[in-house]
Amino acid sequence: MSRPWVRELVVSFAAVILALVVGAVLIIVSDADVAATWGYFFSYPPDALQASWTAVSDAYTSLFLGALGGWKPISETLVQATPLICAGLGVSLAFRAGLFNIGAQGQLIAGALCAGWVGFSFELPVVVHLLLALAAGLFGGAVWGGLVGLLKARTGAHEVILTIMLNYVALYLLQWLLTTDVLQRPGRNDPISPVVEQTAQFPNWPGTRLHLGFLVALLAVAAVWWLLARSTTGFQLRAVGANPEAARTAGMSVGRAYTIAMLAAGALAGLAGAQQVLGTDYPLTDGIAGSVGFDSITVALLGRASPIGTVVAGLVFGALNAGGLQMQLQTQTPLTLTTVLQATIVLFIAAPALVRAVFRIRAEGTGTVLAKGWNA
Amino acid sequence: MNDATTTLTRETAPVPATLESPDERRRRIRMGVLALVLAGIGVLLAAFTAPETVTFALSGQLADSPLSAIKLPALPVALALAACTVAVALAHLLRGLSGRLGVLLWAVFGLAFVVTFLCWAAAGKTFPLTNQLQGTLNLATPLILGALAGVLCERAGVINVAIEGQFLAGAFAAAVLATVTGSLLAGVVAAVLAGVLIAAMLAVFAIRYRVNQVVLGVVLVVFASGITGFLFDQFVKGESAKFNNPGVMSAVPIPVLSSIPVIGETFFRQTLLVYTMYAAVAIVTFVLFKTRWGLRVRAVGEHPRAADTVGIKVLRVRYQAVLAGGVVAGLGGAFFTVGFTGGFDKDLTAGQGFIALAALIMGRWHPLGATIAALFFGFTQQLQGQLQIIETPIPSELLIMAPYLATVVAVAGLVGRVRAPKADGEPYVKG
Amino acid sequence: MKLELRGLTKRFGSLVANDHIDLTVESGEIHCLLGENGAGKSTLMNVLYGLLQPDEGSVLLDGEPLTCTSPGAAIAAGIGMVHQHFMLVPVFTVAENVMLGRERTRGLGVLDQRAARTLVRELSERYGLAVDPDARVEDIPVGVQQRVEILKALANEAKVLILDEPTAVLTPQEIDELIEVMRALKRNGTSVIFITHKLKEVRAIADRITVIRRGKVVATVAPDTSESELAELMVGRPVQLQVDKRAGTNLGGAKLAVEGLDVVDPQGFLAVDGVSFEVRGGEILGIAGVQGNGQTELVEALMGLTAAASGSVKLGGRELVGAGPREHLEAGIGYIPEDRSHDGYVGTFSVAENLILDLHSRAPFSRNGTLSPAAIRANAAQRVEEFDVRTQSVETEVSALSGGNQQKVVLARELSRPLELLIAAQPTRGLDVGSIEFVHNRIVRERDQGTAVLIVSTELEEIVALSDRIAVMYRGRIVGIVGPDTSWDQLGCMMAGIPPEEAAQQAEENPTVLGALEDAHE
Repeated sequence: MSRPWVRELVVSFAAVILALVVGAVLIIVSDADVAATWGYFFSYPPDALQASWTAVSDAYTSLFLGALGGWKPISETLVQATPLICAGLGVSLAFRAGLFNIGAQGQLIAGALCAGWVGFSFELPVVVHLLLALAAGLFGGAVWGGLVGLLKARTGAHEVILTIMLNYVALYLLQWLLTTDVLQRPGRNDPISPVVEQTAQFPNWPGTRLHLGFLVALLAVAAVWWLLARSTTGFQLRAVGANPEAARTAGMSVGRAYTIAMLAAGALAGLAGAQQVLGTDYPLTDGIAGSVGFDSITVALLGRASPIGTVVAGLVFGALNAGGLQMQLQTQTPLTLTTVLQATIVLFIAAPALVRAVFRIRAEGTGTVLAKGWNA
Repeated sequence: MNDATTTLTRETAPVPATLESPDERRRRIRMGVLALVLAGIGVLLAAFTAPETVTFALSGQLADSPLSAIKLPALPVALALAACTVAVALAHLLRGLSGRLGVLLWAVFGLAFVVTFLCWAAAGKTFPLTNQLQGTLNLATPLILGALAGVLCERAGVINVAIEGQFLAGAFAAAVLATVTGSLLAGVVAAVLAGVLIAAMLAVFAIRYRVNQVVLGVVLVVFASGITGFLFDQFVKGESAKFNNPGVMSAVPIPVLSSIPVIGETFFRQTLLVYTMYAAVAIVTFVLFKTRWGLRVRAVGEHPRAADTVGIKVLRVRYQAVLAGGVVAGLGGAFFTVGFTGGFDKDLTAGQGFIALAALIMGRWHPLGATIAALFFGFTQQLQGQLQIIETPIPSELLIMAPYLATVVAVAGLVGRVRAPKADGEPYVKG
Repeated sequence: MKLELRGLTKRFGSLVANDHIDLTVESGEIHCLLGENGAGKSTLMNVLYGLLQPDEGSVLLDGEPLTCTSPGAAIAAGIGMVHQHFMLVPVFTVAENVMLGRERTRGLGVLDQRAARTLVRELSERYGLAVDPDARVEDIPVGVQQRVEILKALANEAKVLILDEPTAVLTPQEIDELIEVMRALKRNGTSVIFITHKLKEVRAIADRITVIRRGKVVATVAPDTSESELAELMVGRPVQLQVDKRAGTNLGGAKLAVEGLDVVDPQGFLAVDGVSFEVRGGEILGIAGVQGNGQTELVEALMGLTAAASGSVKLGGRELVGAGPREHLEAGIGYIPEDRSHDGYVGTFSVAENLILDLHSRAPFSRNGTLSPAAIRANAAQRVEEFDVRTQSVETEVSALSGGNQQKVVLARELSRPLELLIAAQPTRGLDVGSIEFVHNRIVRERDQGTAVLIVSTELEEIVALSDRIAVMYRGRIVGIVGPDTSWDQLGCMMAGIPPEEAAQQAEENPTVLGALEDAHE
């Protein structure tokens, strides 16, 4: 228990267990048949316990097998984790610079939009096309994120509000463009774009949906690690994030740091968008982002805003998503349960004191403080 | 000797006149340029306005009376109003507008811009003004309630990003309970309890466990979305008649007042929830600024330690304020189902909770300011629907963006003068 | 009311902040609690006031045991406190601040504003503490804010009044007024506990003095104890009261020239109003003045942290107005900010990282945008050694160090480059005597190397001890620049805005208690 990271790992693990307990309770109370057995619990307890155990263990078994039970499920977990890791890195990076990037969703949409457009509008040689589409995705996300950084730097507007609003603007922009000639597939009336050319698609691992984008995500992790830990720019971002006044007094430009952080965060979310459209979806729809942008916030929180932590958290959430789909198929337990699980995990992790109280873990040190209120 | 020193320290130097700091000047110029760009758009619209008559239909009740519609020559009116906007923008750019006159002139600017826009969009057509106003009020009702909930929390020093989550929980609880019990009132009560439940989670995690409040708010929204979605999928979806058919509250016209043309139809022919919203605005404003509890709420939001040192239980006051906010937000949630659509669907609040948050900030953490901002958002949202009906050249997806873009502009333009409660978002630790 | 503390003990983890404190304050006594920063005075008073709970010991009020679990209970028992950092809500009016926590209502919880206003007027007349009940606290000067704090305590009919470092925001003349107020209270039978680390004022004010060192009561003595004796009791070793500062011999030409500098604050007021002065190489210019008279804004403008509205700042002939902090640092300015935890260091960064905060993008600490951890560590080891920073390792977070060591980190960083000008704002605020000596000696040493030094301090003692010339600021203007041997009383009058000659005359006609002591000492 002495090392901080061991302690955090224990707390994280405990939080996952607690969340699973909450989920189990939900499964039990929402299943009409199981709930019925609790009606006569006091006259014949075994029925209720047996039925509850079966319902919960069935659901969680299919969740587990769907996430990790063989190469196919594992590959599906990696597919789900890929965009979460990238967008989560963006959120983490912004956190480290003291910014709440609630805007991964919008940045991801902007990235997907640009990458998709390059992907189906041009005919180019194999490698070139993919790289160009990828670059377009990074660019789109960077613009959407950088805009926030720039506005914050120049006017002091709070990034939480800006990013929330730009999420909606991005979504409606995509919806609108999908009804115009720019993006809409010829001959279709519904909002869907043409399919991305083969030359711009990420190559797949044979027989699975796992694509090269996962390796790109790992490269991004390494790059962000280097940026934060070893570069002067990262030094500035961290200093500004921890104490902007002191950073300014030491001659750093706080506005520049904000802009760089949001440009990079946007580019990372844009990369996630590119992975979605070039790796799994191929045509653009207004559901391209799913809830990846929002989930990435919880991923970043679970990962304690560190690059390595974000990878682990992305994999955990990816597993929950992949397993949740199987769980829904096999036991009719709705996929939305995984959303509840994810929120609960993060809630418990954000309140380590609560988890410690539940598991009677000895308290030591304080949690990480990320950023403060509107005036900060 | 004491007299001598007393006069010394109360030096009679005149209070210096206020000046403009470089930051302030930069902000004024930025805002002025922005306003000028908007005004420029207004002038463009006016220039392209068809020289026809624009009709603002007022009331079905008064079909044949001269009050049934306002008819205006679109082009000259648009040009004149566009000129007004340019004048206000220039005045701000060159001199700076402040104080009461400033507020008034900005109101003129906004109104002139909107009417210019309407003249351009509806030239030669009929724009249903009363519909627009009624729709505005309907769309604004939950926004106002949500923003008031935010005001209560944040004045006490707890950031509430979870309004969306409170809406969802309230909307779901209202729909299900109203259907099951057959009583809309029971639905509303359930919504209030659901709002309070989310508020209680917010309060416990923010106040007791000192979780970062922006993070917490985001997570609570995900949580509420997940849990309402899960319960909806699990047993509501398949059996709508049994669980999700609450019906909609009917309008209760207020005698006399409801027969006033336009105003009566807009404000006094509404559901009980809308009347509750009126009351909520008045009550929250009064309580915050005129009562002992309000003074204490504001004290713990500004300087909790000062409140502590005079014997106020900081955490208790914060709990109270957050939970009171939950009540108001729950009412807002109820409006989505039993007050308006008559049924729950997954994520049916569609981000309105975040718009309420924006209204709270644009309204500068003041209940009346938040109300006005919420009305503005309601207005643009309703306008989008109306313009779709009268077929204007603007795609409705672009108009849908208007409130969000307006918020970005407002937050970027107004910041600096806007000040959140000093201790907003900071957990209080004794000692 | 008679107050007794018996064996009061308060621990924070392994640190014992108060170690079995015994203290008796008689009814109608002004009892001074003397101790250096960090000795545990404020902790003791926070325990007494119910803000902290004691681990052991008891409090007796007129012989009755008292347990204060909250400030509310303390107030009810008749204990009032004027905090060092005022406990006032800035956006509230004076009347609102006074009524907070004891609001009178007109039924249904509706505030009775009129009653509050009347109460403020009555109290302020009775004790001669003039305030406007409708003024917003953030708009009134700090001296007046202190009156509001005292009024708050009086409104609760305090029988024991605790004043925590109350003189920090006052001129010597205002301190005299405060002494008058305390004597009036004493006549009413109120007991006053006066907390301070300043030797002079305890002798002028106290009936009895209790000295606290490292959480323990060292002695209770009479006010005629000599200053050096008090100092030795307070610090635990003989202390040299004067800084060893011979007049600068290495006097160069004017390095810093400020001309007609105006700074406008966010509220639109002229915070710095036409300030002009020069500082020569090898000279220390001290800027005196009560807190909040434009010193902060002046320093920020000199560092490029706040944009000047007009005027000129030249360093070695080069214009700096319009340049940012980066350019100022590169021009050779070292800066010790007044609030070190806010502006001076990054608390969550290591000592090593903080030591290169402004140099990280230069060789050898980084090359081509990549940091060199080895060079950063080597630099840190050297600085920590040279400046005697007490830290477990150079990787320790700065927030884990004591205040004195944090300030040494800032000092080590700022003095590690060749400087043209050193700006030190409140360089010893909150430090213990040992650290104060260290900081003062390093500043004087920097001056002796020919650097121009600008010191801003609200502690008149520090200004007088260090400066070669003294400029006094009042309401954004420089009232006058005078020599280092100017009397306290004259400086005090200047701090209230009176021009030097008139101030000299006034000072002679109305000597203050403190001033008399101080000037006698010299």
